[in-house]
Amino acid sequence: MNNPHSEETLKMTALHGLQVSLGGRMVPFAGYEMAVSFPLGVLGEHKHTRAAAGLFDVSHMGQVRLHGDDRAKALETLLPADIENLTPGAMRYSQLTNDSGGIIDDLIVTNGGDYLFLVVNGANKDGDLAHMRAALPAGIEIEHRTEDALLALQGPGAAAVMTRLAPGSEKLVFMTAASVRIAGVDCHVSRAGYTGEDGFEISLPGTQAEDVARLLLAERSVEAIGLGARDSLRLEAGLCLHGHDIDTATTPIEAGLTWSIQKRRRAEGGFPGADIIQAQLRDGPERKRVGILPEGRAPAREGTEVVDENGAVIGAISSGGFGPTLGGPVAMGYVTAEQAKIDTQLGLMVRGKNLPARVAKMPFVPAGYFRG
Amino acid sequence: MSAIYYTEEHEWLSVEGDIGTCGITEFAQEQLGDIVYVELPEAGRTVAQNDEIAVVESVKAASELYAPISGEVTESNDELADDPAKVNADAMGEGWFFKIRLSDPAELESMMDAEAYAALVAGKS
Repeated sequence: MNNPHSEETLKMTALHGLQVSLGGRMVPFAGYEMAVSFPLGVLGEHKHTRAAAGLFDVSHMGQVRLHGDDRAKALETLLPADIENLTPGAMRYSQLTNDSGGIIDDLIVTNGGDYLFLVVNGANKDGDLAHMRAALPAGIEIEHRTEDALLALQGPGAAAVMTRLAPGSEKLVFMTAASVRIAGVDCHVSRAGYTGEDGFEISLPGTQAEDVARLLLAERSVEAIGLGARDSLRLEAGLCLHGHDIDTATTPIEAGLTWSIQKRRRAEGGFPGADIIQAQLRDGPERKRVGILPEGRAPAREGTEVVDENGAVIGAISSGGFGPTLGGPVAMGYVTAEQAKIDTQLGLMVRGKNLPARVAKMPFVPAGYFRG
Repeated sequence: MSAIYYTEEHEWLSVEGDIGTCGITEFAQEQLGDIVYVELPEAGRTVAQNDEIAVVESVKAASELYAPISGEVTESNDELADDPAKVNADAMGEGWFFKIRLSDPAELESMMDAEAYAALVAGKS
């Protein structure tokens, strides 16, 4: 399974050694060698995160700061969120769009005070940086924070841990951020994540990441969590994974991300693909991303064809697997707008068999976000 | 006396008379991780050696299982439908997949004994 030749070219995060020492099963991901699971196992890691707290190394993600006057205005030319009205410390989810309204990548933008802080997907970061360098005006400095690590502490027990180790951070509400010291280390802490649970993301210098990670892991409620559980957690939370649920051929409207485009931007446009996105806002998209619950126990994986009651293909699964908290299969995918209503009966073509399923509300498990 | 045979696909076949009981090995269950779904063949189905015969899914992925030997399926382990984690807990025992009536016992010669299989696994870790 391990190709010794490919390992040489894989990058390592600042927590690579810690992950190996914790018994992490290391796999290539987004150009890095990362832990897909730890001895607890994907199922146990998933359930532990929903019940207590899980620590994730997400340092493969791209951390970028934009400096310069009019940086908000400049960034708005590349994405459909309202950045100009983002107050210091506030965060917004958005998408870099292309001229056909497709999604180059999805990202979180934070107003860091005298800069904008962007967190982009690890697999896309090089492309995103090239795109921004080509598209942003010369007055905007793009600082790729390659030496910073990113940790995520997620779960209902996360706040109690942060209260002890990072006093003050527990006061942050969902989608806000602040500078906080953890054990003397200057960190940028945000109340956000990718699990549907309450939780924090901690950006910090890579040189001190292992010390902080060990401190968090020393807490009784905290377990190390790998990429496997990260995927099943975000799937149950109904969150998109770029390259699967969203891509350059999918618009934010089709993907059900209309909520992330604020009113002013819907009206004004001024981002790539605005004409197409505005038309879809007006007329409705032809296809929509929906939650899909298979009725039996068989998981329906990415690429599975979705059929209507007459057996006609109306779409495909974009992410699917087993939901450990739900205790059964769970999926999301694209179907025609007419078939997108909750409880619409569908068929899933799994290994030649038509398995019954229905359109279901997302998230599949209640969100635990802390809104104060 | 039963003898246990192994395949390169990490399946085991325990043979008693002309009936073989098939499952996946301890190494396989460990590699797959938490098993959440198993699709088993129906009794009466006839298969040739290496035909796709079952599917085992972990949280992350689905894997095909191939018939280790030609024959007719006589029974499937229905308990795995409700409790697929049995495969993780006891891969070589209660986590068995199906029983098959061997139609060509000579095919057993193409399979590995415990020692050869242990060497194969040792080479992988």
